[in-house]
Amino acid sequence: MLRVSDLSISIGSPDNYIDIVSSVSFEIGRGEILGLVGESGCGKSMTSLAVMGLLAKGGPWVRTGRAELSGFDVIHAEPYERVEAGHGGIAMIFQEPMSSLNPVMTIGEQIEEAINVHQRVTGSRQNLTARDYLEMVRIADAAMQINAYPHQLSGGMRQRVMIAIALACQPQVLIADEPTTALDVTVQAQILSLLRELCDTLGLSILFITHDLGVVAQLVDRVAVMYAGRVVETAAVDRVFDAAAHPYTAALMSCLPDPAHRVRRLVTIPGQAAKPGQITKGCAFAPRCAYAVDICREDPLPYAMLADNHRALCLFPRGVVR
Amino acid sequence: MGSYALHRTGAAIATLAAASVIIFFFIHLIPGDPIHVLLGDTATPDQVDALRAKLGLDQPIILQYFRWLANVARGDFGTSIFFQMPVLKVIGDGAETSILLATITMIWITIIGVPVGVIAAMRHGSWLDQGLSGVAMLFASIPTFWVGLYLILIFAAWLGWLPSSGYPSIFEQGGLANLRYLLLPSLALAAPNAALILRLTRASMLDVAREDYIRTARAKGIRPMRVILRHILRNALLAVVSAFGFTFAALISEAVVTETVFALPGIGQLVVQSILRRDYPVIQGIILVTVVLYLAVNLLVDLSYRLLDPRVELQ
Amino acid sequence: MIAATRTFLVPFMRRPVAAAGLGILVLMIVTAILAPVLAPYDPSKIDPISRLLPPNAAHWFGTDQFGRDILSRVIYGARLALLIGVGVVSFALITGVPAGVLSALFPRFGRVMMRLIDVLMSFPALLLALGLIVILGRGVSNAILAIGVVYLTTTSRITYGLTLRLRTETYVEAANSMGAGAFWTIRKHVLPNLVSPLLVQASFVFAFAQLSAASLDFLGLGAPPEIPSWGNMLAEGRIFITRAPWLLFFPGFAIAITAFSLNLVGDALRDRLDPRFRDMLRK
Repeated sequence: MLRVSDLSISIGSPDNYIDIVSSVSFEIGRGEILGLVGESGCGKSMTSLAVMGLLAKGGPWVRTGRAELSGFDVIHAEPYERVEAGHGGIAMIFQEPMSSLNPVMTIGEQIEEAINVHQRVTGSRQNLTARDYLEMVRIADAAMQINAYPHQLSGGMRQRVMIAIALACQPQVLIADEPTTALDVTVQAQILSLLRELCDTLGLSILFITHDLGVVAQLVDRVAVMYAGRVVETAAVDRVFDAAAHPYTAALMSCLPDPAHRVRRLVTIPGQAAKPGQITKGCAFAPRCAYAVDICREDPLPYAMLADNHRALCLFPRGVVR
Repeated sequence: MGSYALHRTGAAIATLAAASVIIFFFIHLIPGDPIHVLLGDTATPDQVDALRAKLGLDQPIILQYFRWLANVARGDFGTSIFFQMPVLKVIGDGAETSILLATITMIWITIIGVPVGVIAAMRHGSWLDQGLSGVAMLFASIPTFWVGLYLILIFAAWLGWLPSSGYPSIFEQGGLANLRYLLLPSLALAAPNAALILRLTRASMLDVAREDYIRTARAKGIRPMRVILRHILRNALLAVVSAFGFTFAALISEAVVTETVFALPGIGQLVVQSILRRDYPVIQGIILVTVVLYLAVNLLVDLSYRLLDPRVELQ
Repeated sequence: MIAATRTFLVPFMRRPVAAAGLGILVLMIVTAILAPVLAPYDPSKIDPISRLLPPNAAHWFGTDQFGRDILSRVIYGARLALLIGVGVVSFALITGVPAGVLSALFPRFGRVMMRLIDVLMSFPALLLALGLIVILGRGVSNAILAIGVVYLTTTSRITYGLTLRLRTETYVEAANSMGAGAFWTIRKHVLPNLVSPLLVQASFVFAFAQLSAASLDFLGLGAPPEIPSWGNMLAEGRIFITRAPWLLFFPGFAIAITAFSLNLVGDALRDRLDPRFRDMLRK
């Protein structure tokens, strides 16, 4: 459905650049939820904005790579260009539902705007109205709420409205950039189950960006772990939790408190997360890796292909060599 | 809405009440006996006695204030020393010129300041933007009367396209064509204020463009022009609308000078001449009228802002 | 002191236009101080033979209707401009800052004070100044006072807003919770943080004071006519606009370039401010 390959995002000039996201590749199948996981600053949001065509002018830019949506490369297109070329299929929801809706337009107007744009392009009359979309995201008394302004709604409601706007774009792929981070835990669970439901009923593919491993375990089918601008491991969700191959992934998992085995202190990863572009040679995790040896610090660094679509950017994937 | 309007109106009336005390004492602060301040040196003893009785100058000052307030409320602002006419009538004679001048100037400010500010913001960082911002700051720094004098030199004296001074009423000979007398004054008056509105429009466009909801709008696949007009401009205008209140105050101030430069028979020139003629009742009346006007305009701006911004309701 | 000066100059390093503005201001101050040395003629010396001369080798800026040298008058005019600017800014800061700070720290006093400021602000600026001139009479110090009152209102408003915001800062709250007195808080936490924003405000007030003073002079209600202020030169030269357009050009240009430079400097300083304070100082 969506295949991102060799995506590099850089800052600086074309002659003198630093990659803050380098050679990122992943793909999402129909009806699948891919979790893009990593610490803040690892480049996961930047990746999603680039795929969406929302990188601001004068900021980071796409240096190499493709993002194929049903076979068409959309990486260099802004959303309106992509939509008008007939590849509208990606929509996005954001981290901050409080500030992501236009305060002076009713939520009905904001949904209709999306309906109109995509209707004009496809030429077909949509028989779904703003109200239908609000009902689709389980907003009670949608007929009333359609005339509400964003400030009259709670955070969870606003995120539902954001999802309704995204659905009105008739997407095949939904990019969700930490959509539940700003919400209460109970509301968070409701939004997650709504996303799962939409995925199952509409066959929607979701790129779910998060730093929350709890959410990952609950929601996603497959995981791509990012560290310092690179995807270091891609695997099915249970493999990541049970048989992480990359030392970073493994370390991340060991940081999760395990209620069954109460340990004295929380595990941490030694050292500080490398900033994207800070380490250009060899493995970016090498300085913090307990297993690193000299050749880890030298190029080139290949992906180790493991079983079941499982790959890790490591010379010594755990559980395989050692 | 109703309670909000009521609340705002109440606040404006409270401010007006406090301002009226200051305006009342204005006459008492001028050196000399208030009676002579109000009637001038040529007053007859009869006139002095009549006014003394009317204002009750032997009464406590509080009582005098309320008498004055009652008179003002009835439209009796006193008598002009120079014209020997009711003050309100003297002010009324200048109203047409000043109101038309202010209206035309406001139109200039809006049709120049807002669109050019939008263009500058759209080309943010370009040479065009830097040039426009620089020119705007320059115009905000130039005295209005200096601009006015050179407009007279170029368009009236050298080119002869437009009249240099005066303004015959549009209700007299010439009709609406008389508005050409107000063209140069309104341009001179608009220059610094349009410059401020331009800078404000540009700055708030850039602020709004960074908001998360603009990213949402772009993500929907809306064309850039529509994002700018429908989403960015609409929100940016909220700040601009609230600025029209103090733009109006600046306009009143600068109109005083502009009317003097162009010899326009308006309230602005009247106040200056009244100061030179020591016609204090007229000065007092004009200050009162402008304060009322200013508060009324601000109230209107406040209430229209409320209509434009759905969030205000909750505050 | 050297460090403070260096910090002050930082915003001008990368902005050549703002640096030029700062340069013009320095030039104006030097001109004002050295006026007797720099001026080629006595600014009030009347010379009936050379009346209304266009700019020439002997009189670079030409002469006025009394044959006085315009260059010399413009140079001396810088003195009054500087005096007005410094006077108005000092008055506005000395009265406005305490009013604003105390209003923010003592809410009961603040309610009354800010209402009073509201009332003063309901008078259009020039009319308020004109009203005060009527009461006080014409003159340089009265002009400073009248214009100063106008900017006392905006300065105290801004100081009030800034102090309120500072008061809610965590570290000020922490100091208060540890029992710090109001005046200790003012001295240690409020005043030092007000310096930069008030410097920005001061440069804008300085700029607007020039324009207001010029307006008063132009209306014949500012500095006495014998003083060669830029506004007075414009007022006197007005009727000769068609015969001698240069008469009005140089004093007007001096006002405009001074106000423009101050606005540039204020803008450059403001852009360096903490963003939380920046929007309060938007004109």
